[in-house]
Amino acid sequence: MATMVEARNLTKSYGNFLAIENVNFEVKKGEIVGFLGPNGAGKTTTMRIVTGFLPPSSGSALVAGFDLVDQSIQARSHIGYLPETVPLYTDMTVEDYLSFMGSIRGMKQKTIKARVDYVIDACRLGDYMYSHIGKLSKGYRQRVGIAQAVLHEPDVLVLDEPTIGIDPIQIVETRQLIRDLAGSHTVILSTHILPEVSMLCNRVLIINQGQIVAEDTPRDLADKLQGVERLEVEVVGPKVEVMEALQKIRGVIDVTCVTAGNTDRNIFRIRARRGLDLRPTASKTIISNGWSLLNLQLMGMSLEEIFLKLTTEEASV
Amino acid sequence: MKNTCTIAWKEIKGYFSSPMAYVVALIFVALTGFFFVRSVDSVLTGANFPEASLRDMFRQMSLFLMPWLAPVLTMRLLAEEQKMGTIELLLTSPVKDWEVVLGKFIASMAFFLGALALTLWYVLMLVWRGNPEPGPLLSGYLGVILFGASGIAIGLLASSLTSNQIVAAVTSLGILVLLSFLELAADQVTGIASTIVSQIGMTTHFDDFVRGVIDTGNVVYYVSLIAVFLFLTVRSLETRRWR
Repeated sequence: MATMVEARNLTKSYGNFLAIENVNFEVKKGEIVGFLGPNGAGKTTTMRIVTGFLPPSSGSALVAGFDLVDQSIQARSHIGYLPETVPLYTDMTVEDYLSFMGSIRGMKQKTIKARVDYVIDACRLGDYMYSHIGKLSKGYRQRVGIAQAVLHEPDVLVLDEPTIGIDPIQIVETRQLIRDLAGSHTVILSTHILPEVSMLCNRVLIINQGQIVAEDTPRDLADKLQGVERLEVEVVGPKVEVMEALQKIRGVIDVTCVTAGNTDRNIFRIRARRGLDLRPTASKTIISNGWSLLNLQLMGMSLEEIFLKLTTEEASV
Repeated sequence: MKNTCTIAWKEIKGYFSSPMAYVVALIFVALTGFFFVRSVDSVLTGANFPEASLRDMFRQMSLFLMPWLAPVLTMRLLAEEQKMGTIELLLTSPVKDWEVVLGKFIASMAFFLGALALTLWYVLMLVWRGNPEPGPLLSGYLGVILFGASGIAIGLLASSLTSNQIVAAVTSLGILVLLSFLELAADQVTGIASTIVSQIGMTTHFDDFVRGVIDTGNVVYYVSLIAVFLFLTVRSLETRRWR
């Protein structure tokens, strides 16, 4: 498949501050790629370079084969962009605004009307078509922002934090909208919401302190990082003795007690070697000691923890 | 060119989406009306048969109208885009920077020319009650248009430099007042310095138009002023990307 977006050794500095450093990535046609990173990691800077708003200090970015500095106009004509702040002309009506955006995005006058009607429908803005944007709520503004980004059917869609600040129902709708766009469009989105990435993206790029620290599919990334197995058990029995017994099980790295105080009913967290299913041995140990097992649960490693782990580990290097 | 027109049309509509356009037009009409009456009324001028011309109106427009009209018309155009962040969408669209600047310039000019067109009513009155010379009227209007266009170009540059409309307006007001009063400052120095200072001033080149003379030098002065400030505005927009 054709490469739609390519970043080569992108570096951007603001004065002495290095926002991103040697960022390399490629996005193929039809892919949805997520940029994941904490605030200030360099997500927005990367987006701004890829859309041609900021030039890189060094390195280059290509969209649809066009360099964003040297052939900026050609490159930009392939892009639909939703900046993080959702900039809108508040004194225009939704319809006027979308028509204006379509026009400066180079759409033909004849096709604008039909496409504006279509995106207004797709983004469920029908009731607010003639409302002034300044009077719309945050969620509706976000929809207008998405509508303008997809209006001209861009080959590459760049969405900077598309679901920030909108209510849960709208988040679900927005994600569905993005999913619908996949296939024909190439989507790059940035987010700090982890479930979003695993829901939407084919590939994740984790960015921290201006550098890409990991790149994979959401699932492989989880597997790769899963260094330990974790189990949570709830047991009725003397705290210290239960803990000692669990610790003796083969493969256990350590056991911690979650519940505080001197109660009979305790929750323990067990960490074990990777690839080891502790459930049979742990339950046997507890039962054979005459204690009762109330609950036993495998704790998978969520993307959240991977993310935390990645960023914290990179920081300590 | 299509992009320029799209942006110009959007801004023209933008003027009328707030009360400001109406307030500005109202003050414009009230002031020009006052200037007109002052120049033709026999009691106010103290002459039995006042001259049928708009000479005084043009002069007073250049002194009392343009310095605030141009900043008011232009202050929002680029400053607001930067404040609201819409500049990010504009500059990531396949639109060239000069198309943006030219579109905004045309929008301001359109509003200015529209307001100026309202003064044609005074011309009609002159023709009705008197026998004005057409030459000075035409050259006077040309002068006012060039003067206004220069002010608008200056205002656009100021607006591109900041995201604060007030700062933009005060900056262009300052530049315009300075350029308008250089003619007076020229009296304070002598010789070649005096010539240079007065030649830079905007009002120096205006008087010939009012007297009915279209001097190439004066036209070149205003056209270059417009070109230089529009060019600087495009540059300022470009450097915004590099900051």
